[in-house]
Amino acid sequence: MSVVEVRHLAAGYDGREILRDVDLSVASGDVVAVLGANGSGKSTLIRTILGLVPVRRGEIDLFGTAQRRFRQWSRIGYVPQRIGAGSGVPATVGEVVASGRLARRGLFRPPGAADRAAVHEALAAVGLLDRIGDPVGTLSGGQQQRTLIARALAGKPDLLVLDEPTAGVDAASQEAFAGALTEFAANGGTIMLVLHELGPLRPLIGRAVVVHDGRIAHEGVPPEPAGHHAEPGHDHVHPHADEAKAGICEWAPTEGTKAY
Amino acid sequence: MDLLTYPFMLRALAGALIIGLAAPALGIYLVQRRLSLIGDGIGHVALTGVGVGLLTHQSPVLTAVLVSVAGAVAVELVRERGRTSGDLALALLFYGGIAGGVVLVGLSDDSSNASLMQYLFGSLITTSPQDIAVIAGLGAAVLIAMLVFRPALFALCNDEEYARVSGLPVRTLNLLLAVTTAVTVTIAMRTVGLLLVSALMVVPVAAAQQVTRGFRSTMTLAMLIGVCAAGAGVVLSGEIDTAPGATTVLIALAAFLLTTGIGALWHRPHRKAAPQAQAEPPDVVIHA
Repeated sequence: MSVVEVRHLAAGYDGREILRDVDLSVASGDVVAVLGANGSGKSTLIRTILGLVPVRRGEIDLFGTAQRRFRQWSRIGYVPQRIGAGSGVPATVGEVVASGRLARRGLFRPPGAADRAAVHEALAAVGLLDRIGDPVGTLSGGQQQRTLIARALAGKPDLLVLDEPTAGVDAASQEAFAGALTEFAANGGTIMLVLHELGPLRPLIGRAVVVHDGRIAHEGVPPEPAGHHAEPGHDHVHPHADEAKAGICEWAPTEGTKAY
Repeated sequence: MDLLTYPFMLRALAGALIIGLAAPALGIYLVQRRLSLIGDGIGHVALTGVGVGLLTHQSPVLTAVLVSVAGAVAVELVRERGRTSGDLALALLFYGGIAGGVVLVGLSDDSSNASLMQYLFGSLITTSPQDIAVIAGLGAAVLIAMLVFRPALFALCNDEEYARVSGLPVRTLNLLLAVTTAVTVTIAMRTVGLLLVSALMVVPVAAAQQVTRGFRSTMTLAMLIGVCAAGAGVVLSGEIDTAPGATTVLIALAAFLLTTGIGALWHRPHRKAAPQAQAEPPDVVIHA
């Protein structure tokens, strides 16, 4: 079944059209990386799919329902680029992750045992269970990103949508990330993620979509590692701390790739 | 303490305690959203409502509720549309509110400076039993809404886009916050006055968060500080004959200084211990 179906999509902000004509189909169980240069519209694409940017033309279906009529938001887990601006008051890691249960629980029901169990499970998946009572503000950038992943996982979604989750994140967190996403995908979850570089997430990704100038420029299997990653004897299964920086992969169409 | 045997003093105390509890329960969401001064602005708008009430011989509290709710909804709609011109639009609304209020009060039969001061700086002592009934009813409604919807309001103020993707009724919740802000401002008008309303929403939260780690603990402590400051403010102002609103705010500020001191002492040994606790993962923090 198609989880996300985008047809002839155009979208933008403040009179500026960022996406011009995008077609994209994500099936259940797919792991799709959305790549592209800064300003190409790759973040706008997923933000439009989520309903955060208004659609100008074209259609978006989520789980077979037109986005305008879609109400099962608990099936989608969203991981934004960074923790929200509203951080004037301290909040614990557990409190932020508990927000991920709201889509499932609704506005009126108070949190129960199932909610607490889901919060614990999600924090364990990203390796932050020991920080559950700590203020989010005391965490490193990477740990804050892992908190946001845990928030999305706590709602037990079918589709995870991540906006540059690894941008400026330390190596330990990148690996914790890759672990949590691999587990989610292994259980049949669908993943769409905007990435600047493939990095340690590369083995996970089944398909790469390159956005250029508001259109899908290329679509196909993820690019082969280049540079340091392509050296003989290089072991891809266990990325090390220093490789996170070296693993910036320039995307180039390879065999098995559709070029438009 | 003999003062508390007078019924007007008991009414004053009851009103202050309700507001001391409700104002920080709402204020924490405003602080979280970095809108600490919004209560002050809505207070300016409420003065126009007072003027309308005095001019038309209606209850000033009632007209102030209506006008400030309208103002708060307008502010929320401006905020929602976009942030660029929002700042200026708010300034225009606020100064229009206070200027309109002063002119309208001046045009009314009761145009003495005393009646203006009563709304600007509060006047507990003239609080009637009917006023207390209104304060208690509306205060309880605000408090219940803030507590019942805490998970949703927390999610909204922490990350509005995430709340939207969670399918929460973001606009309804934003309007709920706007309306409860206006209601709280108006009922607190009689206690601390329109110019000091915002202090009771914000200062207890600022004091609490110096020593707390989470949102729920901050909210609980802020409500405790708010209710203690309001109670102590009324009693002390009766004893030493000062303005109750200003006395309450000074007590809340003293609580802020106290918790800031405690927080500084508390965090010093904690910070030293932190690197040892984090020894296990070799965190290479690329991003500062």
